[in-house]
Amino acid sequence: MRNVERLCLAHFWVAFAAFLAAAVLGTWQMWVRSPLGANVGTPGQYFLSVTAHGVSMAYVLTIFFIMGFGYFVAVTALGRPLPGKLWAWIAFWIAIIGVVMALVPILMGQASVLYTFYPPLTASPWFYIGLVFIVAGSWIWCVLMLVAMRQWKRDNPGRPVPLAMFATVANSVLWLWTTVGVAIELVFQVIPASLGFGQTIDAGLARTLFSWTLHAIVYFWLIPAYIAFYTMVPRAAGGRLYSDTMGRFTFILFLVYSLPVGMHHLLMDPEHGNGWKFIQVLLTAFVSVPTLLTIFTVTASLEIAGRLRGGRGVFGWITALPWQRPTVLAAGLAFVMLGFGGFGGIINMGYGVNAMVHNTSWVTAHFHLIFGGSVVIMYFAIAYEIWPSLTGHDHASSAPLRMQLWLWFLGMMVMTLPWHWLGLQGQWRRIANFNYADPIISGWGPLVIVSLGGGLVLLASALLFVRNLVILHGGPLPALQRPLYALAVHPPQRVPAALNGFGLWNVLVLILMLLAYGYPIAQFVITPSPGAMVHRVH
Amino acid sequence: MTEQHAQPHERRILGTELLWAFGVGVLIAAILSVVVFTALTRDINPPSNVERIDPKTLHLSGEFAEQNLGTTVARDGGVTVRIITTQFMFAPRCLVVPEGRRVTLRFASPDVIHGILITGTNVNTMVVPGFVAQVYSEFTHSGDLLMPCHEYCGLGHSEMWATVRVVPESEFKPDLDGRVACAQR
Repeated sequence: MRNVERLCLAHFWVAFAAFLAAAVLGTWQMWVRSPLGANVGTPGQYFLSVTAHGVSMAYVLTIFFIMGFGYFVAVTALGRPLPGKLWAWIAFWIAIIGVVMALVPILMGQASVLYTFYPPLTASPWFYIGLVFIVAGSWIWCVLMLVAMRQWKRDNPGRPVPLAMFATVANSVLWLWTTVGVAIELVFQVIPASLGFGQTIDAGLARTLFSWTLHAIVYFWLIPAYIAFYTMVPRAAGGRLYSDTMGRFTFILFLVYSLPVGMHHLLMDPEHGNGWKFIQVLLTAFVSVPTLLTIFTVTASLEIAGRLRGGRGVFGWITALPWQRPTVLAAGLAFVMLGFGGFGGIINMGYGVNAMVHNTSWVTAHFHLIFGGSVVIMYFAIAYEIWPSLTGHDHASSAPLRMQLWLWFLGMMVMTLPWHWLGLQGQWRRIANFNYADPIISGWGPLVIVSLGGGLVLLASALLFVRNLVILHGGPLPALQRPLYALAVHPPQRVPAALNGFGLWNVLVLILMLLAYGYPIAQFVITPSPGAMVHRVH
Repeated sequence: MTEQHAQPHERRILGTELLWAFGVGVLIAAILSVVVFTALTRDINPPSNVERIDPKTLHLSGEFAEQNLGTTVARDGGVTVRIITTQFMFAPRCLVVPEGRRVTLRFASPDVIHGILITGTNVNTMVVPGFVAQVYSEFTHSGDLLMPCHEYCGLGHSEMWATVRVVPESEFKPDLDGRVACAQR
């Protein structure tokens, strides 16, 4: 680390401040919707809160965390100073200005369109322009990651880029592709409409462009967790990475397959034909491949660690693992949540069951379990792992760290398992209050209260997380230097160029995007759909 | 580990990975087969009729004009229900459908994006302004079901719902124009 500590910490603290505020709002929303909060809050306050929760968790927590972690990886994995540190600070401040520009109209109740917008509803233009600023800041980060990798490759010809950095650059390339959809929607449709240019919006086109972003963004959020799975977890467990090549292959598959699949969010939409939906369902099936490969490789890496620690037999290596180490514990809990969440995701993919669960609590449960559960718990693990090298102080005890991880896991399970069940019963999403006097709805009350209990546990965990980090800023224990990233069983000496860069894969992404989204977007130009009147919410 | 030992060991690692990848391939093929099989044999497909309609004028004339909303039985016996979804209500707010018969539901929105589901069934579609959303179903039990708007459409979204009244065939009596409404019962 060479003077990027302040840069990383600035990003992480913005991310975690947004996270804590959003955790408070989320718990409040669950109370309002439950039978216990029947007369609490107005719909105006509720949807203001949902918008702030979504924007904070989905855009601010993730983008700032990923940028900060990217700078950290670039310096530690490549072992050289960050190129363009001034640009990194400029990107940070552009994104901060964006956060303020978006936050003010949200808090004034002039942007209650949720984080997914729903045009022809339109919010204050400042809300959208603020989001564009946040994304613009992150684009500078993407360029810096590419430059850092290029400079390292120039000075280390023929050598494989370290896996953690290779994956970080894969994520920045993915993010550049991902944000194009929402950028076109905002810049050419929504912002002009919100500024008063034009009376109508093509709602079908807007939904299609947003779907381009909507699935790949989830993989952008998820890749840091997978970087930790491949590099930090085997190291923390005292083992080795089973296969470096498989890691590279996995991150390439994420880049290729997470983009041309967004239309599975539009399976129940009337503006696309069955054939196009089927093509994207087909590609969606393939996006499960990198996750299934990861489960194999990470489990095999942990088995190596367990056997090195004296574990015997088919399952003995599992109990021999050092579960008292927060990173290992977090990975184990993340895998359990990934199991439930991934199973739910495969169900969402099929047409038949999707018709039962679309826009019900099942979907809310699914993405809270995958993102809020598996991914965010690994964000915690990463923060715990790198905070000593950022602050220079070590954790006095790992007990409060483990306690926090367990609370997050239990809270997430208690919250989302009832939501899954309620979704199958038909409980629909994005509701400020339910009429519990209705005979169909009244039976849902007890489960809604149970899930609120899970929400309270999550809030307690969020507070404990921030406390665990804050105390390190003045801790008495000096941090020890220790390796962060696991070595592979067979560290690669040379890898094919295709597994050491992204040129070829960008061409493949382009071809798949043309195949999957070419006509579905072009149809709105060939046969323009009648425009929907702009409806202002401010 | 020396270089000559590393080679066979790396090949063994690759072997285990290929075996796992084969299993993954089988799993994906099985899942996709179910999707294709149910689509071909049971006609389980997403609502995808891609039928355009102007949201600004749909209520003035044509099938979504006031007098055509609600349940209609055609001469050939086909049952069609036409519903307008608008901030923050359904028109009509109650619809009657016969038990055990195929029913076609057609929705259109004059303003913003809405969506509907019917509790306890797999009836589910988005209603996007500019398009007619069409689904069909067969209701297997008589009784009242909830049909809420399931997509955020503004601050009144939570208050937007309708009732689907499933009646036995004996109580499903169209008038001379082939129309059935909740108030008739």
